Amino acid sequence: MTDQTATGRQLPDRLDNPVKSAVLSWESLLILVALAIFIANSFASPYFLNEWSLSDMTFNFTEKALIALAMALVIITGEIDLSVASIIALASTLMGLALQAGADTPVLVGVGIGVGILCGAFNGFLVTGLKLPSIVVTIGTMSLFRGVAYIVLGDQSFKGYPASFSWFGQGYVFWVISFELVLFLVCAVIFYVLLHHTNFGRRVFAIGNNATAARFSGVRVDRIKFVLFCLTGLMSGMAAVLLTARLGSTRPSIAQGFELEAVTMVVLGGVSILGGSGTIVGVVLAALIMGLVTFGLGLLNVPGIVMSIFIGALLIVVIALPILFRMWRQRKA
Amino acid sequence: MTDPILTLTGISKSFPGVRALHNVSLELFPGQVTALIGENGAGKSTLVKTMTGIYQADEGEIRVGGKVVSLPTAISATAAGITAIHQETVLFDELSVAENIYLGHAPRNRFGLIDWKTMKSEAQKTLDSMAAGIDAGIPLKELGIAKKHLVAVARALSVDAQVVIMDEPTAALSQKEIEELYVLVELLKKDGKAILFISHKFDEIYRICDRFTVFRDGEMVGKGFIKDTPENEIVKLMVGRSVDHIFPPRSATIGETVLEVKGLSHPTEFEDISFAVKKGEILGFYGLVGAGRSEVMQAVFGMTQIASGTMVLDGKAIAPKSPADAVEAGIVYVPEERGKQGVITGEPIFKNVSLPSLDKTSSRGFIRMAEEYKLARTYTERLDLRASSLSQNVSTLSGGNQQKVVIAKWLATLPKVIILDEPTKGIDIGSKAAVHEFMGELVSQGLSVIMVSSELPEILGMSDRVVVMREGLIIETLENKNLQPETLVRLAAGIAEGKAA
Repeated sequence: MTDQTATGRQLPDRLDNPVKSAVLSWESLLILVALAIFIANSFASPYFLNEWSLSDMTFNFTEKALIALAMALVIITGEIDLSVASIIALASTLMGLALQAGADTPVLVGVGIGVGILCGAFNGFLVTGLKLPSIVVTIGTMSLFRGVAYIVLGDQSFKGYPASFSWFGQGYVFWVISFELVLFLVCAVIFYVLLHHTNFGRRVFAIGNNATAARFSGVRVDRIKFVLFCLTGLMSGMAAVLLTARLGSTRPSIAQGFELEAVTMVVLGGVSILGGSGTIVGVVLAALIMGLVTFGLGLLNVPGIVMSIFIGALLIVVIALPILFRMWRQRKA
Repeated sequence: MTDPILTLTGISKSFPGVRALHNVSLELFPGQVTALIGENGAGKSTLVKTMTGIYQADEGEIRVGGKVVSLPTAISATAAGITAIHQETVLFDELSVAENIYLGHAPRNRFGLIDWKTMKSEAQKTLDSMAAGIDAGIPLKELGIAKKHLVAVARALSVDAQVVIMDEPTAALSQKEIEELYVLVELLKKDGKAILFISHKFDEIYRICDRFTVFRDGEMVGKGFIKDTPENEIVKLMVGRSVDHIFPPRSATIGETVLEVKGLSHPTEFEDISFAVKKGEILGFYGLVGAGRSEVMQAVFGMTQIASGTMVLDGKAIAPKSPADAVEAGIVYVPEERGKQGVITGEPIFKNVSLPSLDKTSSRGFIRMAEEYKLARTYTERLDLRASSLSQNVSTLSGGNQQKVVIAKWLATLPKVIILDEPTKGIDIGSKAAVHEFMGELVSQGLSVIMVSSELPEILGMSDRVVVMREGLIIETLENKNLQPETLVRLAAGIAEGKAA
């Protein structure tokens, strides 16, 4: 080790053992947690260990987790998008309007996804074009998008979606494997490759670690951030299609609180809330854990309000943990 | 002769890789103004921070009124009677003038709460005694920079400071405002305060200072009375350093013009900037801090937008709208603020180096790590980077090695013009020599180098030609043949040739 620091010649690629660092990673811990909750659930309720129960369980997280995939990239760049649930409400409302105008399934899906992308582009423009802080912009658009849905719908709802449309939220591709789960897994692979194996992903991390230095290194910071907001909009639009199809109706209160759960999945998955680090594998595992926990609590007849208390507490704990850990290590040093 | 109020003896202060102050002493006398003079990086601001409790000296002692004091915090420095007025005043915009003056030592009423009435009337009394013409009740943000300085002075009076440090107080002021400040300095002198006045401008130093102390490379190299010392003697003290390392010989053959900049103007920072750099040439940019050199370079690099002007690179007109455009065209920039703008701390060396070259190391947008390691190894080894592995986090490297990472990152893009902004500021001698040697290598391979530097030996040792800037304008462009350091200092500071000679 002595002359490794003394000479600049023949620098090795890396010194740490990749296998060892994988074993000691946050993701391994998440796998253990997921297993523990899985086992606890199977003891807690006799109905849990059943393929249809487990299949139902996946519906608890797929829509939110789709958003969390894109949200992870946004948070890694140091921004945030809190308007995702309201994008779902607006996209679902406009799908309902399209339905009343006589649109068929392909048009409905196009409207849902298109509205999502437009909403995301609007957020992206406000953040990168006008240089407004994303937390303020998306709190604003959170009220704005859902407000439009309330104006259109009032206390009414849209119903009567065609069966071919409902398949997106209720259909099964194979045995107990739902279309939603398949779509989520495909998107997870795409986002994994995008974040960890492309130039784009590398630049996303660079921006999150130091946006100024990234700009000085020739990274088009604003363009990448704009694309990420559009991508989050796109995923929210997709979630709107799935959720509307699953519920079979649109109410203005649809998807209330989704942004909280999506952010919790991202942070629980090990993405730093300050930006600069995180993995898609972690986010997928966190989504699974959230699904297992909420489904388990549901089997035990725990009321919804308790679950939202639980999710709020979980969010605070996972944000606080790394900070407490760092303070503890500094005191030790 | 009176005894000094404040005495510093044997003060030393080091940062990782940098020796900022070495065995420095300073005396400040009541009712006298002492000028602290030195080039950028001579250690002036470190000394001010040591005196105001922001930094702690590694060695040495500080005496106030003959008693040794320790200044672990800014509050303890205020308690010891030391206060500072900074170039950009450190006050609170949203608070009222009176609150700013009395922040931290506001008068209390019998309930222990702030006595607003007394505070406002006392503040007003102090301001009136200075003939400041400021209403103590208005929020600070409604005042201009000159009036804010007055508030800072009033604060100094209100805490009953014995020692007032003024760190380039005139840098942002107009001539009329400077005159008003001089009146205040006289007022403080009559009040028996000891004043430390930091400035680059010789006319002010000769106008209001009684004594001077000159710093160079973190050491005290001379002191005396202003009225007994001609300007050129002080200039000599400032620049006449021992040449502690030899610059590489300039052997590159200089070719035709590569980059030509014409009439570059910015609304506030610089005006009508024209220069050209040739193949194989090192073009030095000299000037004082705030002369607009970095601002010009960042405009050339597409970081800031220009109001007017043209740039021609290799015969083709370019107008970079972002650094990404500039890098594509072949212009790269090594920024002065290494930690903030240069390296991406938190990422490993190889990712820092490959970031602008990802399009080359990847295949259809997909990362190829082996290529990245290869690229990073090639360029970091050429610069003799000292690290344990290419995956080491850049934040764990010394300043000099971080600078090598930044330079390696740009060389990998195969640029035509490389702009280095204060390339060796705050890095150790060894890395300095490596960077200098490498600059020589670059130009011999046909690159063009623009080097912004405030260090005279570096400018004189490395440049083929020197552009001198002052207050956003190019004052002169000189061939570096028998160029005297005094000439450059005079041009940069605006001292007339005849007066100083």
